[in-house]
Amino acid sequence: MSGMTGIVKTVAEWIKGFILFYGVYIVLQGHLTPGGGFAGGVIIACSFIMMELAFGKQRAEKELSEHGSHLLDEFGAIAILLLGLWGYFLPQMPFFSNVLLEYWPGSPFHIISAGSIPLINLAIGIKVGTGLYTIFVSLAEYKPELQEKEE
Amino acid sequence: MGLLPAFVAIPLLTALVLNIVEQKSWYTHILALSSSIFLAVLSFFTPQTHGIYYVGGFGPHIGINMMIDPLNRLILIVVQVIVMLACWYSVGYMEHYTSKSRFYAFVFLMLAGMNGIILTADFFNFYVFMEIATLASYVLVSYGGRSYELEASFKYMILGSISSLFMLLGIALIYSQTAALNMMVAAERIDPAHPVTFLIIVLFLAGLGLKSAIFPFHSWLPDAHSSAPAPISAILSGVLIKAVGIYVMLRFVFNFIGSENAPLTMLAWLGVIGAFVGVVLALGQKDLKRLLACSSVSQVGYIFIGIGLGTPLGLAGALLHLISHSASKSLLFFSAGSIEYSANERNITLLGGLKKLMPWTHLGNFIGFSAIGGIPPLSGFWSKLLILLACVSAGQWLIGLLAALFAIMTLSLLPKIEKNVFTGDIPEHLKKTKESPSSMIIPMIVLSFFCLGIGLIYLVPSWNQNILTSAVEVLMDGRWLGAINNVP
Amino acid sequence: MIYTLCIILFLLGLYGVLVKRNIIKIIISLAMMNNAVNLFLILLAYRSNGVAPILDPGMDPSILLETSVDPLPQALVLTSVVIGLGVTALMVALAIRLYHAYGTFDITKIRKLKG
Repeated sequence: MSGMTGIVKTVAEWIKGFILFYGVYIVLQGHLTPGGGFAGGVIIACSFIMMELAFGKQRAEKELSEHGSHLLDEFGAIAILLLGLWGYFLPQMPFFSNVLLEYWPGSPFHIISAGSIPLINLAIGIKVGTGLYTIFVSLAEYKPELQEKEE
Repeated sequence: MGLLPAFVAIPLLTALVLNIVEQKSWYTHILALSSSIFLAVLSFFTPQTHGIYYVGGFGPHIGINMMIDPLNRLILIVVQVIVMLACWYSVGYMEHYTSKSRFYAFVFLMLAGMNGIILTADFFNFYVFMEIATLASYVLVSYGGRSYELEASFKYMILGSISSLFMLLGIALIYSQTAALNMMVAAERIDPAHPVTFLIIVLFLAGLGLKSAIFPFHSWLPDAHSSAPAPISAILSGVLIKAVGIYVMLRFVFNFIGSENAPLTMLAWLGVIGAFVGVVLALGQKDLKRLLACSSVSQVGYIFIGIGLGTPLGLAGALLHLISHSASKSLLFFSAGSIEYSANERNITLLGGLKKLMPWTHLGNFIGFSAIGGIPPLSGFWSKLLILLACVSAGQWLIGLLAALFAIMTLSLLPKIEKNVFTGDIPEHLKKTKESPSSMIIPMIVLSFFCLGIGLIYLVPSWNQNILTSAVEVLMDGRWLGAINNVP
Repeated sequence: MIYTLCIILFLLGLYGVLVKRNIIKIIISLAMMNNAVNLFLILLAYRSNGVAPILDPGMDPSILLETSVDPLPQALVLTSVVIGLGVTALMVALAIRLYHAYGTFDITKIRKLKG
């Protein structure tokens, strides 16, 4: 895959940052406006997928390698679980309780509000963005010769 | 109560950590084994009474709850123990495969899903955990990557997804009827006479029937369970169809809609037909693992006979048979995997004379088939006896007679395997066969002792009271689900 | 009733799964069934001229309960969509592997398992 024509490449180069930035915005505003971790993560993944479609494998590999995205994917999932376990290890707090709300309530309709929900949204955003990109890459670049020999 | 989230969180954390370590590193086995042993030990420390845990601190009307009572404590312990033994067995068995840590990661994902299904008290949460468990099982069935494994996995996946969607539609209808997703709240609010409730019952019974491979929906099970690696076959046949299918069926029929509203007689007769079809299919098989998988259809039929009777004795028999089948079928799959590992052959017509070469595997296989065929004093005898007694005391003579007949047919599997696999002349290509490594033998020996000892659950009065009777009481309590009223 | 249309869509998807021979069409039919259930859940929550379910400090909860849409099914649908994504991705991956193993997408020709 060497990529598409020059027009597509140029436009993709221009708008990739905007798409990524919009995805991050949706993730960070998840507790205030419609959207959140999943929707924002899909938009983040779309910016990487667009680079892969426009430029081909080598360039996309430079932006975010497959191994790197796999590690980030796992990191996001572990982060969600650890945020859930945070409350579990404190006395008088159940599993997946909103611990941060007790210490740092913030004020409603501001970025710092709703306790640990923005953190969970961020972790979900990382997980979904890199996970979707990993799915796309592994489906697009599957090589049949890796397959085991038929018996 | 504080232990309950650990049964979901620890397997999930183990799965995620296993996914980032090196594929062939030596600590993979240690990490997986220590985590599964820890969970198995932890499951014995769960409270024996009714209990409820508010996840996130929200009450039953708002948040997700986890609950425990004698019934799901029993199933929880069975699941942890079988998965622990399967992990132990995999240490030796998975030598042939590449990427071991990913294998364990999916096993633990499946374990997290099963524990979630068992402990949750929320319908949608149950759907999510069911999808986690079954998605991991689809991957594990196709783990070898050979063409027939992929085919079996795809077949299993289509039918599994249809059944999940049936249940999701059922959950949506429950929400529309009761405006609650919590099982306890919804059980109080649902109106059994409403026509939509009938649709809910149909959707749930079809979905759960597909998952537990009851008679008209059994076609996927021989393919899927025989194609997976042996420890996975043991988990799938031993605990997954019970956690996803039968346990939820018990909860749904007895604690949610009430046994008087469910077509119990139909379930009993489907169980009879399933017991017959499974054993006939098993008698005709040449592939060893496929034979075992077909026999699972038959044994699930027995469990459904016990459920369909609806009496306390029948339910006790069904639960005892559930435990006994978990132990004996896992043992049989372990021994079949051991034969496959050493002899590299599954076709029983090409095997022979393995009694001298693999004495421990032969012992495990013998005890497993005796237990499943119902030779006293092994586990299958007591559970089938209990089901037959329940049939007689409920006045269902015909079902009891047929069940006894099919039990004798199941027993005829034992001489078939003994004759074809373990006695006779050793074929030329099997001369160099050796016994499997000890990490595969020890789980078989442990399970053999379980098969010998499970009858004691019924025979020792205090165990019977604590384990079986208290679990049956939960089911016989009717539409009152769990512990909403007597837990602060 | 509008709910009937969802059930019809669901049954159309079921028909596709049971009748079609092409693996890709089966996957699409399953996605259709999933979307029919999602649509049903969303329609359960719908209320014409409903308001957003946010309880402002000066508001009466009982009035909000009568005028707002139900937020719970929307959260459920989000989860269900994510699960559907996972199932579809796994199915497509299996379909690719099957195509390389058998050289066809026709399920009547993919038959090594019998009995």
